[in-house]
Amino acid sequence: MADSTHTSRHEYGSLQRYFTSENLKSRYRHGRVMLALFVLAAIAVIVPLLVVITYVVVNGISAINLDFFTQDLGSPTRAMLGRPTGLGHSIIGTLVVDGIALLIAIPIGIGAGIMLSEYADHPLSPVLRIFNDTLNGMPAILKGMLAWTIIVRPMGTFSGWAGAVALSFVMIPIIARATEGVLQIIPWSIREAGLALGLPRWRVVLSTVIPAAKTGLVTGILIAFARAVGEAAPLLLTSLGNNYYSSSWLGYITGPVDTLPARLYSLAISPYKEWHGMGWAAGIVLLAIVMIAFIAARLLTRNRKEK
Amino acid sequence: MQHTSAKNIASRPIKKIYRRFGDRIFQSTIVLVGLAIIALAIALAVVLLIDGGAAIKEFGLINFLFSSTWNPVTQVFGAWPFILGTLITSIAALLISILPALGVAIFTAEYAPKWLATWIDYFVDLLAAVPSVVIGIWGIFVMVPYAQANIYQPVARWAAESAPWLSPVLGNPSGYSLITATVVLSLMIVPYTVALARDAIRLVPQEQREAAWALGATRWEVMRMAVIPYARGGIIAGAVLSFGRAIGETMAVAMLIGNSNSLPFTLFGPAATMPSVIVNEFREAMNTLHLSSLMVVGFVLFVISLVVNLIASWLQRFFAVGGRTV
Repeated sequence: MADSTHTSRHEYGSLQRYFTSENLKSRYRHGRVMLALFVLAAIAVIVPLLVVITYVVVNGISAINLDFFTQDLGSPTRAMLGRPTGLGHSIIGTLVVDGIALLIAIPIGIGAGIMLSEYADHPLSPVLRIFNDTLNGMPAILKGMLAWTIIVRPMGTFSGWAGAVALSFVMIPIIARATEGVLQIIPWSIREAGLALGLPRWRVVLSTVIPAAKTGLVTGILIAFARAVGEAAPLLLTSLGNNYYSSSWLGYITGPVDTLPARLYSLAISPYKEWHGMGWAAGIVLLAIVMIAFIAARLLTRNRKEK
Repeated sequence: MQHTSAKNIASRPIKKIYRRFGDRIFQSTIVLVGLAIIALAIALAVVLLIDGGAAIKEFGLINFLFSSTWNPVTQVFGAWPFILGTLITSIAALLISILPALGVAIFTAEYAPKWLATWIDYFVDLLAAVPSVVIGIWGIFVMVPYAQANIYQPVARWAAESAPWLSPVLGNPSGYSLITATVVLSLMIVPYTVALARDAIRLVPQEQREAAWALGATRWEVMRMAVIPYARGGIIAGAVLSFGRAIGETMAVAMLIGNSNSLPFTLFGPAATMPSVIVNEFREAMNTLHLSSLMVVGFVLFVISLVVNLIASWLQRFFAVGGRTV
């Protein structure tokens, strides 16, 4: 506090000197120059990113067709001979792996969020916050290495559920943080009303706080999903990849399974021209999934704010 | 009335279970979940360290970190090229992106009309969610061929003729290079820096601005003297967090950096980073020592990410104004 007072006195001193040493016109000119620089910065940032998205959309749409959604990839010769190939198996794999990851991450993430917000007085709570933030800041590839060590190596095979566990490591800290943030903005009066009715603490949390925060929780889950669904690195170490449809649903869980981001990577670095086009198509599907999750999350937040 | 009270008495033990044990069960479940996350974070470090034990024993930690030979065939491993590659690309990406990102944050938070600011915010947030591999495929098929033909080769040719002293720095233009990865990386971290700086600027109290306006400051002077100094903690911490993102960024870098394990790296030549070598070699690791060395690289990545995140949160507290985290 003492430090900040000192700083502000210094700031106002320089402010005064600044005002008397220059005339108003040049100060306005200075302001206009800075505004121009800010606008330039905005353009410099937004244009290249717009270019990336435009390329993905244009190339992706021209490469996409019905076979893309219904066929599996097969060997490179299949694409070179012009026989129907697609990424139907990768789409199913993505849904299975991310679905299981969500099933693991939602209870753990929301539970941890409840701990951080509703049991903030518990001695474990501040420790959990530090470790959760640490986990959140860790590169996803390390989470893939962990999942490989604890699941793939003992089981002796790359598998869909190892991938799901790796992705859940990505989702958990995001969901926990989002849950904490959402629960914090629920007014204390709601909890007090519940406690005044004689409800035990757990009923207050489950029956008054959580329902009031429902939209926010869904938003947090959607954001965690959007982040995890595009992760390729942990999946390359855990679920590996697969060129074919699995013969049974269980095969997507117990065996190596294809996912869109991991497949996009291997298509892009493959030497086959036919596969490059399919890579762009995978890119637009992935982008579409992320965008839908993201926009849904945005719409939910906006509705909540308007109410 | 009689009936109700009788019922109350009858249900008392159940109520006790519901009340006392309900809370106990719920709380222990929650604590268990919390412990699971803590265990997970610890396991991340411990597993990498244990599996890296073989490599550390073979080469010694210090020697492993600073030795620049990485050769899976002769079984000699040193992580220095990857540490260097990670630091060069991340620091350069941060330096390239920080000023434009700050400009965007200030523009949307203070200058832009509401509708434009909302659109830019949406767009920037959306970009933060674009998967790394999608940026990577654009880099491979659009950016690399374009930059190779129109920038790298002409510059290298010019350097060969007029500035031969530059050639060892620039190297042979290969398209997939240190500079390609750095530029893409800076594009990818911009949305994070913008979002964090914007949040910090939005938290500056209105009174702070009004005080400066009342002193006769122009709009830019309000920004320079009242808003930015107040928000600087959040802005700097945000930049450090973005740096942490850049360090861990894997796919786009692995697709564009060209993956060369041998020093010296040149600007236009291939290089490698810690995440890129892990993702490239992990599945094909031929033997225990190779795998173990990759685990140590992962552990170094863990430590660097941890330090960067701790610095960010320390900065946030250090620059907090009047006990508030900006």
